[in-house]
Amino acid sequence: MRTTTFKDCNILRLLVFVILPLCAIVYGASHPSGYYAGLINLAGIYIILVASLNLVNGFSGMFSMGHAAFMAIGAYISAFFTLTPAQKMASTPGLPEWLINANLPFVVALIIGGACAVVVALIIGYPVLRFKGHYLSIVTLGLIVIVRAVLDNEGEYTNGARGITGLPPKSNTVVIFIIMAIVLYFLFRLIRSQYGRGLIAMRDDDVAAQTLGINLASKKLSAFCISAFITGMAGGLFGHMQSVISGKFYYFDLSFRVVQTSIIGGMFSLSGAVPGGIIMAYLPEVLAPLETGVKLFGHQLPEMYGASNLIMAIILILIIIFRRQGLMGEHEFIVESMFSKDTYTSLFKKEEYLNIGRAFRDLFTGKWRKSKKALPEDIDNTPPVV
Amino acid sequence: MTSSYFLSQLMNGLKIGSVYAIVAIGYSMVYGILRLINFAHGDILTVGVYSILTLMAFGGLPLWLIIIISICISIGVGVMVERFAYRPLRSSGEETTLISSLAVSSILQNVIMMIFSPQKKAFHLPEYLTALHKVGSVTLSTMNIITFIAVFVILVILSIVIKRTSMGMAMRACSDNLTASRLMGIDVNKIIVMAFVIGCGLACVAGLMLAGEYKTIEPMMGFVPGLKAFCAAVLGGIGSLSGAVAGGFILGIAEMLFAGLMPTSITPYREAFVFVLLIIVLLFKPNGIFGGKEANKS
Repeated sequence: MRTTTFKDCNILRLLVFVILPLCAIVYGASHPSGYYAGLINLAGIYIILVASLNLVNGFSGMFSMGHAAFMAIGAYISAFFTLTPAQKMASTPGLPEWLINANLPFVVALIIGGACAVVVALIIGYPVLRFKGHYLSIVTLGLIVIVRAVLDNEGEYTNGARGITGLPPKSNTVVIFIIMAIVLYFLFRLIRSQYGRGLIAMRDDDVAAQTLGINLASKKLSAFCISAFITGMAGGLFGHMQSVISGKFYYFDLSFRVVQTSIIGGMFSLSGAVPGGIIMAYLPEVLAPLETGVKLFGHQLPEMYGASNLIMAIILILIIIFRRQGLMGEHEFIVESMFSKDTYTSLFKKEEYLNIGRAFRDLFTGKWRKSKKALPEDIDNTPPVV
Repeated sequence: MTSSYFLSQLMNGLKIGSVYAIVAIGYSMVYGILRLINFAHGDILTVGVYSILTLMAFGGLPLWLIIIISICISIGVGVMVERFAYRPLRSSGEETTLISSLAVSSILQNVIMMIFSPQKKAFHLPEYLTALHKVGSVTLSTMNIITFIAVFVILVILSIVIKRTSMGMAMRACSDNLTASRLMGIDVNKIIVMAFVIGCGLACVAGLMLAGEYKTIEPMMGFVPGLKAFCAAVLGGIGSLSGAVAGGFILGIAEMLFAGLMPTSITPYREAFVFVLLIIVLLFKPNGIFGGKEANKS
């Protein structure tokens, strides 16, 4: 007899991965001014960012560290289409006439921002992606510096280092999480498609993949561009969430933070973006009191600048030493549960309710331990050898 | 534009170029053997500078002793980083160690920030080092002259060590093929530690030069010069000593000439120019300017 584990309970999957997050999102959306509730938006944006980064870093075997540059491009370009003409006259008078008067719906502005990020990704990616090794890492890091220099020095178009303020607060919880769901679904289908399997083959062994007819250059470039597009959109969301954009927000700090998030969650799985994003949104806020001095167990700790970053970095090192593949490894069950039909139909099946009972029974009788050795399923199903 | 202005810009380029060259040697050695972009290398430079500052604040010690102690501290930190953050990850992929080095960089920056403050600090060298001399039409401080001589001496010593000694031969072998070197009976760990020792010691020297030039120091000061030094190493052809040095000087001179000779509207793009230069060079010579026809190592 096959033992049942909690992984087989679709109802539990529905509860944990769909209903619980939905409740959190609804709570966050209904308390927009709440501090911890507001952080859920940040978590959503991190999830989008990390999922798109994982497509490049985890599934394609390239290593980009400069995704903040694409975020900056998406943020600025989308801001050009959502600010009012009066605001643009004041802060960015150098823009052409039609752009000053342009005012588009938020989602269209985001898409245009993403498209501009793709253009830059093409320009950068075309020369660089032909090489193996770390060239992409160093060049994308350089891209951050280049983008920052442009943003700080082209005052006519970007208001220089002062940045642009007063972006309309259009990226609310609903928009962010709808986009997050679409992005996750799209990427999930993508990596399970022929294209995605090609990417993984390329990551594992590029020579073998090439002999099987995979065009490495176009595959790398297209994956990089898809990722840049999503990152550009996320950058627009980020900018409109903070309502202030400036070159210094999209510098090494943010870029490394996204890479760090991707590693903590597990860069070989889309699902890793979910725990990674949530941890990265909340942990720094939990650690923040350390920087200003806090009372802990009756002792007054001194002010320690940089303590939260230090702890994050130590956590990162421990994770890569002891759990190299990140929290999720290569498992996809979070995203899989979100988008599988079985999860949603499970409420109406009697079998699924019985499964929960079986899982509890097997948990307490300890049958799952034996089942690991015997692999009863495999033995029972093999046809007898004549 | 007068020729003396051009010459003084060229001198500035040489000054910053010598810093890049010295840091690039460390990068290049570590990258050549481990295929690891050691982002923490720039922060080792910061560690060295801060330990010099602290020891100078005590007073009483002569400068040469301070520098030697600081070099030892930098080397100690570098070797510890190698032992605890890189060696456990030796068997895993290149990206993992890259991330580890980023984390180490963050740790070093934040520890320095916690011990000292995040604010900038003044860094003054003794007066006999900052005295100015007029050589032809350019002005140089004693420190600059010592720097040039020091870079030259370091290069000669290093190239002798790498070309002639058995340790250097083992290093070149490891850089060529780590697995085969291990099979040939080379103690790979010893060689890697040696590369870190040389790199970190040089980083401390470079930090002294950088701080003496800019007169202020801050916890983040090492990161961007470190990144540029890596660019220099890639420009010159990564893995080769002479390539790293040549790349460092080319980058420094190009950066300073760009800053000094271009119209003022585009001089703020100095930092960006370095990376644009890198992309352009990679486009035409993927192995770097002096990389030769060596196969594109992955």
